[in-house]
Amino acid sequence: MRSFGGWLHDSWEMVLRNLIHIKRTPELLLDVTLSPIMFVLLFNFVFGGAIGGIVGAQGGEEQDYINYMMAGIFVQTIAFAGIYTSVLLANDLQKGMIDRFRSLPMSQSAVLTGRTLTDLLRAMLAIAIMWIVGMLVGFRPEGGIAGNAAAIGLMLLFGFALSWVGVAAGALVRTPEALQGIIFAVVFPLTFVSSAFVPTGSMPDWLAWFADRQPMTLVMNEVRDLTLGIDIYSAELSATLWCVGILAVAFPLGLWLYNRRTTQ
Amino acid sequence: MIEAVGLHKSFGDTHALAGLDFDVAEGKILGMLGPNGAGKTTAVRVLTTLTRPDSGSATVAGIDVLRHPDRVRSQIGVAGQYAALDELLTGRENLGMIGRLYRLDAATARRRADELLERFELNDAADRTVKTYSGGMRRRLDLGAALMAQPPVVFLDEPTTGLDPKGRLAMWDLIGGLARGGTTVLMTTQYLEEADRLADDIVVIDRGRAIARGTALELKQQVAGERLEITISDSEYLGAAARVLEALGEGHAHVDTETRHASIAVSSHDGVLTRAIRELDAAGVNVDDIGFRRPTLDEVFLALTGRPAEEAESLEEVKA
Ligand SMILES: Nc1ncnc2c1ncn2[C@@H]1O[C@H](COP(=O)(O)OP(=O)(O)OP(=O)(O)O)[C@@H](O)[C@H]1O
Ligand SMILES: [Mg+2]
Repeated sequence: MRSFGGWLHDSWEMVLRNLIHIKRTPELLLDVTLSPIMFVLLFNFVFGGAIGGIVGAQGGEEQDYINYMMAGIFVQTIAFAGIYTSVLLANDLQKGMIDRFRSLPMSQSAVLTGRTLTDLLRAMLAIAIMWIVGMLVGFRPEGGIAGNAAAIGLMLLFGFALSWVGVAAGALVRTPEALQGIIFAVVFPLTFVSSAFVPTGSMPDWLAWFADRQPMTLVMNEVRDLTLGIDIYSAELSATLWCVGILAVAFPLGLWLYNRRTTQ
Repeated sequence: MIEAVGLHKSFGDTHALAGLDFDVAEGKILGMLGPNGAGKTTAVRVLTTLTRPDSGSATVAGIDVLRHPDRVRSQIGVAGQYAALDELLTGRENLGMIGRLYRLDAATARRRADELLERFELNDAADRTVKTYSGGMRRRLDLGAALMAQPPVVFLDEPTTGLDPKGRLAMWDLIGGLARGGTTVLMTTQYLEEADRLADDIVVIDRGRAIARGTALELKQQVAGERLEITISDSEYLGAAARVLEALGEGHAHVDTETRHASIAVSSHDGVLTRAIRELDAAGVNVDDIGFRRPTLDEVFLALTGRPAEEAESLEEVKA
């Protein structure tokens, strides 16, 4: 194993490489810029009027819908951006560059940490953009500096954990196209069977049972409490524990699968 | 400097390596010659830590490839059969990044990249993304990447495939220069001429095994000795020419009416040429061309594998 300093140096080198990629193909940023903006605007203006009343009635205190749904959109966007790591990694694995890296005296895991750290930056960009657009159309996060900072920290932790899930998926599935399909089929429903856009109380019991217990709901509820300065959902530690748990499994699994994939 | 012992590697039912042994001394060029699918690339990948063999062992610069791959990596430069470059980075950015990953400091990496871009005539394209490079430019940049850290051992998998004749000559110069500077080189090739010209030693591999080893000269002698070959102006005289040759050399003369060639195995040069011309003249044979000829490596290859090397090359064309 290489020294920690070497690993840091190489990871930074990989982040720089990914940033140059983004500079040369800005489309790589669409999923963390344009799509969250669209989501904020669409859900607020198209559904806001219809859903707003329901949310107010079931969520306790009367809230503008935008204040309810922002947490859902934050977490949904971050989940997709994190999982999207798999597509970017699978792309890399199809090209010869990985062979080059493997023949260099560098820290091999830096290829992956560089990837997930870049995605952390992408997540920060996504949060900043959604925050601003949200505030322009009525989002009022009154949770104070500490609450909002904690919410952002939790979202980044969640995104980072899902990036490692993405690493594992990218190393396991052969083609980027197949991954796109899997993401759509698995992650998309998961983001909706949650408290993202409507409280789970309006769902059939069996669905609500699942929605209430899945990590995305827990993270959304915690983000909602923290940004709004309320304590309705009291997800408390369970959201953070889920993130740490996912990371604790996905990190070694991702490294192992990547190693197995690249050493034939 | 490089040593492989009993390497085995199978992909499903394909035995890519089936007990491959060879070694390369320090500062020497070993040419690895073999048809498509012989196992050349697999051998290079095993030695460069990219592929784990099923069994066998290998050392590079005295370091065990299987036990300390990370230490081997700091001693080698690799230019694989397909260029391993980042398409979205410029040539300069590629070399700079690779240099820093070899743990050169930023200034050294930059200077070294400039040097190599100059040497490989990539100056004009240095700040364009690799995506826009031609095949030959990619190959040259890839070789530059292999040389960034001036490693003592360099692996080149078909370094001249896809280069034009000028580029090929330049590449030959460069590889020769590396060895003169003390670098140990393992290069694979499909071109017999290339191995003949560059390599100190040649190992011929077929179906994952080394089937012959030696200098180009030794390999040629292993197959057959030298021949005296003549071309005459009138094929009617071939019979007479053959009788003269048989008196000079050993065994039977080969005669080809179509090309008006006749040849005979000879064991020494001593006065043979003058006697041949004099006696052929006396027999009334007009000689157009005369000379000694060693078997080409193509013939060596054919004799060793039972298949002509061209078969391999034409397969390559089908693939391309
Ligand atoms: N990753 C792989 N999966 C399956 N089979 C493989 C793999 N790599 C190599 N092979 C097989 O192993 C054999 C040797 O391949 P290798 O690439 O080493 O040949 P080569 O001598 O480099 O050929 P070429 O001149 O065409 O480059 C071939 O039959 C090839 O199909
Ligand atoms: Mg090959």
